Amino acid sequence: MSIDMSQFYQTFFEESFEGLDAMESGLLSLDVGAADIETVNTIFRAAHSIKGGSGTFGFTAVAQFTHVMETLLDEMRADTITVTTETVDLLLKSVDVLRDMLTAVQTETEIDEERTIEIQSALEALLSGESVASSSEEIVGTETPTVICWTIRFKPFDYLFKTGNDPVRIFQELSELGDFSVVCNTEDLPLFEMLDPELSYLSWSIKLDGVISKEQISEVFDWVDGDCELEIGTEDQVPEKVVANLPTVAVPVPEPLSCSDEKKIPESTPLAATPAPALVKDKPTKKSTAADQGSIRVSIDKVDALINMVGELVITQSMLGQLGEQIDDDRLEKLQDGLAQLERNTRELQESVMRIRMMPISFAFQRFPRMVRDLSNQIGKEIELRLQGESTELDKTLMEKISDPLVHLVRNSIDHGIETPNDREAAGKSRVGIVELNAFHQGGNVVIEISDDGKGIDREVITGKAIEKGLISESDILTDEQVFDLIFSPGFSTAKVVSDISGRGVGMDVVKRNIRELGGSVEIQSKKNEGSKIIIRLPLTLAILDGQLIQVGSHTYIVPLVSIIESLQVKESQVNAIAGQAEIYKLRDEYIPIVRLHNSFSVNTDVTQLTDGLIVVVEGDGQRAGLFVDDLLGQQQVVIKSLETNFRPVEGVSGATILGDGTVALILDVTGLIKLSRQERIVAA
Amino acid sequence: MAKILAVDDSASMRQMVGFTLKSAGHDVIQASDGAEALKLAQVNNIDLVLTDINMPIMDGITLIKNLRTLPAYRFTPMLTLTTESGTDRKMEGKKAGATGWIVKPFSPEQLLATIKKVLG
Repeated sequence: MSIDMSQFYQTFFEESFEGLDAMESGLLSLDVGAADIETVNTIFRAAHSIKGGSGTFGFTAVAQFTHVMETLLDEMRADTITVTTETVDLLLKSVDVLRDMLTAVQTETEIDEERTIEIQSALEALLSGESVASSSEEIVGTETPTVICWTIRFKPFDYLFKTGNDPVRIFQELSELGDFSVVCNTEDLPLFEMLDPELSYLSWSIKLDGVISKEQISEVFDWVDGDCELEIGTEDQVPEKVVANLPTVAVPVPEPLSCSDEKKIPESTPLAATPAPALVKDKPTKKSTAADQGSIRVSIDKVDALINMVGELVITQSMLGQLGEQIDDDRLEKLQDGLAQLERNTRELQESVMRIRMMPISFAFQRFPRMVRDLSNQIGKEIELRLQGESTELDKTLMEKISDPLVHLVRNSIDHGIETPNDREAAGKSRVGIVELNAFHQGGNVVIEISDDGKGIDREVITGKAIEKGLISESDILTDEQVFDLIFSPGFSTAKVVSDISGRGVGMDVVKRNIRELGGSVEIQSKKNEGSKIIIRLPLTLAILDGQLIQVGSHTYIVPLVSIIESLQVKESQVNAIAGQAEIYKLRDEYIPIVRLHNSFSVNTDVTQLTDGLIVVVEGDGQRAGLFVDDLLGQQQVVIKSLETNFRPVEGVSGATILGDGTVALILDVTGLIKLSRQERIVAA
Repeated sequence: MAKILAVDDSASMRQMVGFTLKSAGHDVIQASDGAEALKLAQVNNIDLVLTDINMPIMDGITLIKNLRTLPAYRFTPMLTLTTESGTDRKMEGKKAGATGWIVKPFSPEQLLATIKKVLG
């Protein structure tokens, strides 16, 4: 039978990358000199699993590399190699190499052999040459083929059955090797009443003729080595006693694949239709499609809750069904109860389904210990990273998209925030700077805070730079918030020396844009010499949105609540019409353009006088505008349906949803709307 | 066919072993660590135990030791799945009461051959 191993690749890669993350965080938490044995064990187990899996699935290069790592970890476990900063560094590098190797195998690209060999040699150099050699597996060759008449005396110790072994199995195996005959010796059998049926009293004399090596026979007795008296000899020679030292014969390993062969992973096909991967050598095949699909691990609790909820729903449904069959006025109250229950079920079910996509934020946080360690070594700062709220859950897609902005912000804190140890000491602070990542739920949002106890943001430097760049004028009076917000302007950097970590001035604006695209916001708080805190607020999920329903003519639109600043009634005196069509509203000391939604969407409405309707002040991508609407309706959570997939992209609209009465309402894209109205003004002008 | 308890903390190994055994018509029960396996063994009549050695929570050696104290599993064949090429861990398994071992990496064919050997 042949089994297509490629069907297990995806699981192998997933668990291996998880294992690598576990190894990395384990290594980072290891105390030099006095390593915690449990941590070393965890790291060892991860390496061990990767080695086992890669060997089994034919990724020989990975298996060989991991083997050396595993040997080193085993020595650490046995305390024959002490944990030093150098060994930890080398192991961390090995984790990187291994990650690259696995990625290369997964994506069927070339493994960077030079680097692999470099790190592997460094690992081997750390180990004594002897231990490496003795632990590598060798295939024992067989002797030259001549017929030998073997005589074997086999006397198991009385407890043999308690190991689950059975002499009959051994005899069957021997009989497969050649001409087999056996004589049972019952002389040690006690009287029946003395006999313990669980013990073995028998011994056997076996004759075995054939082209058989001694190793082959020893292999059959491998599992009972040490549990029996065993003599293996030929008819013409005195049987040799081999009770204590049976030669160990390694089970032959599968035919090794070379690195280049590993790229040729056969496509996932049904069982027995494809030969085993080791046999496919010339046929170039595409990557298995299964490997492309992201998968998600869901805890059993969540699935159970979901199943439970569906059960409830079924009960409610059948209750309502029964009511519907014989409905009269008396049963109206029951019907209402039933509908209320249905609503509750639906909401709970929706929440449960959403929770499936939620993952603890530790997935995004786990890369930071390593990054902080490497960066602080690189730039000579002493930094302690504190992680809090790692179990806070966040939508998987959001998690993936927030990762890079987070990296950028943490790099900034390390590079710009935390001072050098000497500067810190001079400022009366501890030499070790603290960078803290904290995540928690607040209302319907996830809040992620990145704080440091560094030098804080210098107002003067920022305003100076902003004046120099022409972003503000010298006469402008700005609040702290507005000053800090300047950091997010494109091309803004105050770093005196541009380092390769940060300070190139690209980034913070991208960070802000990315976060806004996710429907979130970012804010900076800072005190000079005390530190800075960057606060990111994200929606829990991208699938649901808190919306403000607005009315324009006979249509209902939805404005995302996060983009609404305030809503107000228009005072005629505050409105200025400039250059033809454009209307500007004076909001306190700020002028904002008015976007008439009935014009933007060509909707007929009776409300065309600004004083008859309302202005909803919104902000999108740093720009403010006043949306002129007929009226505000309620606020509610709406499920976002994509217009792109169901219809086509529409400017000024980010999606649609279905309201309770079955009508479709468009969800406004505030940034797009502001851009759109500006273009209209330009065209009109 | 036989009811086999397969224990491994690696999901891909569990998948591979499980699929192979099922394809050969065996009934397979899987566990991801020793403690889970021990619980499952108590509510099932297992004919053969295949267990990895290095696992979190409860390792394979402890699992075998524990299983051997149960009357139902005094004579049940139990094999360790081990990548250790040295004899130490095999012997440790044997001391705990293991019947034998299968050395990783193994192919599905090798696995089935060994199991056939044990089950007769």
